[in-house]
Amino acid sequence: MSKLPSYPKVSNLNDLLAIAYQIEIDAVDRYNLLADQMETHNNPELVKIFRDLARAEGIHGEEIRRLAGDFDVVAHARAMARVKHGESPEEADLGSAHYMMTPWHALQLSLGGEERALAYFTMIVETAKDEKVKAMAAELVEEEAEHVNLVHRLLKRYPKPSENWADDLDPPASQE
Amino acid sequence: MNAEMPLACKPGDYKSAVKPIWCPGCGDYHVLMSFTRAFAQLRLPPEDVVVVSGIGCSSRIPAYTNCYGFHGVHGRSLALAAGLKVTRPELTVVVASGDGDGYSIGGNHFLHACRRNVDMTYVVMDNHIYGMTKGQPSPTTEPEFDTALTPGGTGVRPFHPLVVALASGANFIARCFSGDPNETADVLVEAIKHPGFSFVEILSPCVTFRPDEKAWKDMVRVAPVPATADQGKAARRLMTDDGFNLGILYRGSRKPYRPAVGANNFDLAELEKDFEL
Repeated sequence: MSKLPSYPKVSNLNDLLAIAYQIEIDAVDRYNLLADQMETHNNPELVKIFRDLARAEGIHGEEIRRLAGDFDVVAHARAMARVKHGESPEEADLGSAHYMMTPWHALQLSLGGEERALAYFTMIVETAKDEKVKAMAAELVEEEAEHVNLVHRLLKRYPKPSENWADDLDPPASQE
Repeated sequence: MNAEMPLACKPGDYKSAVKPIWCPGCGDYHVLMSFTRAFAQLRLPPEDVVVVSGIGCSSRIPAYTNCYGFHGVHGRSLALAAGLKVTRPELTVVVASGDGDGYSIGGNHFLHACRRNVDMTYVVMDNHIYGMTKGQPSPTTEPEFDTALTPGGTGVRPFHPLVVALASGANFIARCFSGDPNETADVLVEAIKHPGFSFVEILSPCVTFRPDEKAWKDMVRVAPVPATADQGKAARRLMTDDGFNLGILYRGSRKPYRPAVGANNFDLAELEKDFEL
């Protein structure tokens, strides 16, 4: 199935801000869900990373609210910014989670999300007719590009784990 | 419902405070999301929804919703739900099950629930394995599934739930993939709205005991043809389908079973006397 999100048409600046806001909020929810999973499965290092990522996305959401000024971007997002097909770009892929995943894996999920958001806003820049929408989308592209760079910098701290990272000395498949 | 209370309309309003204990990566997380998104789309007051389940990983779902829930006996969720729906027809009844609970232990109930056509929605999260009990083959497991528990494979032809549902009289048949929670939510909305017994199979990978099922996300596709109301056409389609066509595949028009309940005005105290020892 397609992983490209399909949002309602962006007709004006408010629509774009609502979608941008919703993308961040969806990411907050997703990272918190992953943090909850890691808490349940006793992987505290990942709990912290996912909570930090959720907090960062929440800050981005607040920035978009500020950009929207007096316009109620939260209500507009709730009314129109629902992905019709696929998932919200910055929602980390739940199917890629693993109870023994490492910070490198978490950051790979994050990188994928930032890159999808970058691709989405780039597509808006390329297709928007309204100059204000185009300009704001370009700002968001810059923002997302910075997030991509940030994740790349973080990844330098966490090298790729060895092939056997998922080896469990007490595996769940105990009957095999 | 309290008239002053606003109608719930955010998916989060349907989530309970209980955190799921499914394995990270499990498809059932997405199914839970689809449930809450569908309820929000339908703007159903949580107290008017009942999620009934049996036993298994998938059957934990009632605890994770903020609706009424009944975590019932293994394989018996449909019987419970049917009883509930005929006595409280105003409630939205959604039944959650897995391939083991629903097709093996509860296989007989499945046939008769389809046949009876009570207005409710039956969701089976199919991962082709008994996950909770550590990987035994289920009725939908492939015959060549070769593990220490099934040396050389089971050699047994898998159950074909959609064909069985159609032959038994289900009024709405759909297949979804857990990894597409929005599409699944849309199908659930249609299933809940459709009168009679709606059956929705959701392919939901078990990443722990069937890591090969991660490949499903690249195998599923939207069915190339729209839903049909013709049973003959539906039968041909379902019999020849490879199990990865998604969407609403059959929409019937059978009248739901709605027995007159409460018309006899039984005196419960009198009835109890019959059971006195």
